[in-house]
Amino acid sequence: MIYREAGDFSSTYVQDSQTFPIKFDRYRYYLVLAVAFLVVPFVINDYWANAILLPFLIYAIAAIGLNILTGYCGQVSLGTGGFMAVGAYACYKLMTAFPDVNIFFHVILSGLITAGVGVLFGLPSLRIKGFYLAVATLAAQFFLVWLFNRVPWFYNYSASGQISAPERTLFGVEVTGPNTEAWATYLFCLVFLTGSAIIARNLTRGTLGRTWMAIRDMDIAAEIIGVNPLRAKLTAFAISSFFVGISGALFFAVYLGAVEVGEAFGIQKSFLVLFMVIIGGLGSIFGSFAGAAFLVLLPVVLKVVGADMFGWPTDIVAHLQLLIVGGLIITFLILEPHGLAQLWRVAKEKLRLWPFPH
Amino acid sequence: MSHCVVGGGASGGRIWNEKKGRARVKDTADSYVTADGRTIGGVVMEMKNITLRFGGVVAIQDISFDIREGEIRAIIGPNGAGKSSMLNVISGFYTPSEGEVWYKGTRRPQMKPYEVARQGIARTFQNIALFEGMSVLDNVMCGRLTHMKPSILSQMLWKGKAEHEEVANREMAERVIDFLEIQHIRKTPVARLPYGLKKRVELARALAAEPTILLLDEPMAGMNVEEKEDMSRFILDVNDEFGTTIALIEHDMGVVMDLSDRVVVMDYGKKIGDGPPDEVRNNQDVIDAYLGVAHD
Repeated sequence: MIYREAGDFSSTYVQDSQTFPIKFDRYRYYLVLAVAFLVVPFVINDYWANAILLPFLIYAIAAIGLNILTGYCGQVSLGTGGFMAVGAYACYKLMTAFPDVNIFFHVILSGLITAGVGVLFGLPSLRIKGFYLAVATLAAQFFLVWLFNRVPWFYNYSASGQISAPERTLFGVEVTGPNTEAWATYLFCLVFLTGSAIIARNLTRGTLGRTWMAIRDMDIAAEIIGVNPLRAKLTAFAISSFFVGISGALFFAVYLGAVEVGEAFGIQKSFLVLFMVIIGGLGSIFGSFAGAAFLVLLPVVLKVVGADMFGWPTDIVAHLQLLIVGGLIITFLILEPHGLAQLWRVAKEKLRLWPFPH
Repeated sequence: MSHCVVGGGASGGRIWNEKKGRARVKDTADSYVTADGRTIGGVVMEMKNITLRFGGVVAIQDISFDIREGEIRAIIGPNGAGKSSMLNVISGFYTPSEGEVWYKGTRRPQMKPYEVARQGIARTFQNIALFEGMSVLDNVMCGRLTHMKPSILSQMLWKGKAEHEEVANREMAERVIDFLEIQHIRKTPVARLPYGLKKRVELARALAAEPTILLLDEPMAGMNVEEKEDMSRFILDVNDEFGTTIALIEHDMGVVMDLSDRVVVMDYGKKIGDGPPDEVRNNQDVIDAYLGVAHD
């Protein structure tokens, strides 16, 4: 009743391979896009933008990036925080070195620079796998944070060692700096998220996505059908880092405004994004959204329910959050390794037959 | 007659477009006609004095044989005879310690497995090596990867070459899916399939690459009689309709003797017999190897 695909027939391969082959899904997708672009900007306020929407949009981009690497290509990475820092510092250096160039291009360029760095740190993946690769990317995490802390050139020799985003405008509207409007920053990030999601989806349903998944599922068999593992892994690192770099640039320039590298892009960030991907669903673009939404909303909901409604002390609420996230990670790894996205898929399959399951 | 493919051009063209066709091989030897009227072409692959050592262990010792275009070539032998190692040498997993591999009339330099695949050699594995996280269709489409080269930009936008190639190659993949009668499980994740169907999907993936030579490592292992019959039929049909040269390893002697045109027999890394099934069946060395006469 709620969810039907009866009468939905694909008569061409183009129709069959589109992102939302089912009409209902397609319309819902258009509806979500319309609400996100046309309704939310008019009702948004500072609290919603800063507490929920901006972190969600930015983390979702990072989660898409990590999902490509870990979920689609099977290369575990604990370097996400470090790569976000590369994006942030690249963006800062570009913004200060070329103040006349539009911030939009700076963000994309930061993504490209991060892609290059990602490829560099992806090179060990050709020799080492699994846990060992995770440790190698962990090295990248610590090295990059150390680098941005120790080399003053990266923070333009500022006394505090921090970087802070100068004011930049897009079409005359400020998107970075202290005087931004909530709707402007929201729309700016939304454009990047929409673009990232569409690009990621297109890549993962085509040739490159199959190459990655082949490497993930069985690298020997992948090689025997003509996949060059070097190319497959390095493209995954490059494209993953591209998205992560964009999210890092936005996180610094649009969301935080001023950044101290160890605090903003430390190892916790790497784990946070990895948890988003695991809870949301490995190997699913929708899962990246779901995971980011879940982990951004969880502390907010806990605060509203625990601290505001029941009057619990805030430190207890904060610890409760750690407990819940930890418990959920274990639960998902054991019960549903494909995360929220898989639960959603199963629910849809059930709904197809509902209310007559036999 | 000179480089005729099994089943003739007409039946080959039923599945693949004739103009795209398979790469025809130059004649390096005369062709012959089998009892059931199929024409076997010249030598497409030749193994010359292959020796393979792992440290002190000699897995393959000075073995030479050839594979002719359009034939079904079986490699048999008791357990541990080096059959799979031989297949791994052909598909580029192992580099022979000594000896040369000649393919399509030229000596093949040392190659990575994916380069060998791009030269038109596809294979299946003894224990199924499918991509469990993907659907049947995606697995078969993976077999087409060597034929798809869209730029990253076009893939990002899903415009131009990416979309065209996807559709064109989907058509080829669907033909293979049709041919192997797995249409009904097209969108099923591979992990959910039973063993026999997985074997068939793996054959589909290898076949989708339109290989010149198809290597099958124990295609009937673990199957019941019915599934074996199905698989035998598919192997013969593939050979017949696509004109694909097939080299297979198999333990079921009945199947081997029925299917193959020529048989190589290996034992302890050495070649002890080579020829048509009837000739091999009466070879005293082969009988000894299988019945377990003491080696000297």
